Amino acid sequence: MAVGVRTENLRKVYNSAPPMAAAGGFIARSDAKDSKQPKQQIAALDGLSLEVRPGEIFGLLGPNGAGKSTTVGVLTTRVRATSGHAWVGDHEVWQEQAKVKRLIGVVPQRPNPDFSLTAREILIFHAAYFGIASKARNERADALLEKFKLTDRANQMVRGFSGGMMQRLSIARAMMHDPQVLFLDEPSAGLDPQTRILLWEIVREYNQLGKTILLTTHYMEEADSLCHRLAIVDNGRIIAVGTPGELKRSIPGGYLLRLQFGKPTAELLQRLQSLAGVREVRPLDTTGADVYADRGGSLIPEIAAVAVAAGAELRDVHISEPSLENLFLHHTGRSLRD
Amino acid sequence: MNWKAFGAMLARDAHVARRNIIQITFQTFLQPLLFVFIFGRVMVGSGYMPAVYKSILLPGIIAISMVFTGIWAVAMPLIAEFQWTREIEDRLLAPIDIAWIAIEKVVAGMIQAIVAGLVVLPLAWLVLGHGVDISIHAPMKFVAMILLVALFAASGGLALGCSMNQQHIGLMFSMVITPMIFFGCTYFPWSALQNFPILQKAVLINPLVYASEGLRAALVPQVPHLSTTAILLVLCFFNILLLVVGLRQFEKKAVS
Repeated sequence: MAVGVRTENLRKVYNSAPPMAAAGGFIARSDAKDSKQPKQQIAALDGLSLEVRPGEIFGLLGPNGAGKSTTVGVLTTRVRATSGHAWVGDHEVWQEQAKVKRLIGVVPQRPNPDFSLTAREILIFHAAYFGIASKARNERADALLEKFKLTDRANQMVRGFSGGMMQRLSIARAMMHDPQVLFLDEPSAGLDPQTRILLWEIVREYNQLGKTILLTTHYMEEADSLCHRLAIVDNGRIIAVGTPGELKRSIPGGYLLRLQFGKPTAELLQRLQSLAGVREVRPLDTTGADVYADRGGSLIPEIAAVAVAAGAELRDVHISEPSLENLFLHHTGRSLRD
Repeated sequence: MNWKAFGAMLARDAHVARRNIIQITFQTFLQPLLFVFIFGRVMVGSGYMPAVYKSILLPGIIAISMVFTGIWAVAMPLIAEFQWTREIEDRLLAPIDIAWIAIEKVVAGMIQAIVAGLVVLPLAWLVLGHGVDISIHAPMKFVAMILLVALFAASGGLALGCSMNQQHIGLMFSMVITPMIFFGCTYFPWSALQNFPILQKAVLINPLVYASEGLRAALVPQVPHLSTTAILLVLCFFNILLLVVGLRQFEKKAVS
């Protein structure tokens, strides 16, 4: 039976930056320095409520520092919320940690394999922690090593593994005990395009077994193609939730037309602005313009006509469909990459 | 309580210890045996030390080996696993309460400390040659001392390992471990300090004093030593204190 995930009004205030568990161990803390400086309070989550339905692939999309990893940290028992509640299935995460940990698998932002073990031993011992019998865990480890193309390196220490291999091993490890809910924190960061596609296939396949998947990302492409539903997170709050399509439709003038003309466009810009459906025109160097509009291809003939009337020739057109990038821009006034 | 996960974590630590067995052996036994050879064999053989020194030195060397091994076995992996890589994360995500993960580390450290003590005992005896007058006259007392010393070493390792950063390891050895060993009545009995009354009182804050004196009480009762009851009580006190501090620090490090 599929298991859902829910949070209610989560708040998390860090007294001293940075959050180690939340950041997946990327940043080292220097306690000595912190104690001399006045304590700095950082609110990573500011009343975050969300509901992930059983069996769906749910994405948390937002820029770095938005609170995505902290949310995953709270849901996976690794971060204690300052206030609010989180549930995995019917279990309150902080109160029933061991039960929750049985239901979840976690792929951290930075691979954190047990460096004292070989790849195969990492999987075997992980399964042993979950009480899986010896025969079953050996079979499952072999199957996952095969699936993640790690069989030929199975008996090597992971110290010499590339980032991509460690990432694959992290995912294999998270799947070893067949968790009902899989958390992936920035799973495709640092992966080459080929491995990314392999990852997406594996996530979809795992989801089809009835498992719930919660992933964080700041790649729109990933969120768009993989997730059933998305939440856009900024400054520790959810600012929009819906399917990728719904979210994109919610932006007025979601289309972006990037135009190039043969001649300088100063006079042309005013004419473009007056076309029906055009929201904003921004000049690009002297011969180009970005046009934000609520329609795409259907504007082209009118633009071409206006260009001819102004004595300029339309040389190049690029149309971007409504995107999550535009959506984020619309909701926050900032680009996802800022 | 999830015994399966606890057992699997112990098995993991045993597996890693087996893999590093040569390194661990040299680390644990080389220094104490060299010390035993020079001070117990060479200095006594050449007449610089009285013959009874052999029997006085042996329990102290066992205490050093056990305490050093236990602290090292718990603190070093914890320092490494909580740093940068957060390797310990896969165990923190195992279906078991976090405190039990720390307790598993302590149990693993105790086992290593006990093995170290039980191996150093015959080895050092061998190196010292004839004239060592030790006996396990009270087996229960010996077992109690070994267990308490092992627990002291492992819980000390937990408290230190969860309170330090990688860059402070050198400092930990020069500021904590080395003075502890030299003022720990390891190379001399506590009664030998009677001509230094202030020092004799001051060293009583050092838990290693009770470990060395406890093993002396168990192995060479004929040499004057601190009262056995006092030793047991103080070791229990330090063990509880270090365990409580260690568990608190562990949880602080484990959860953001």
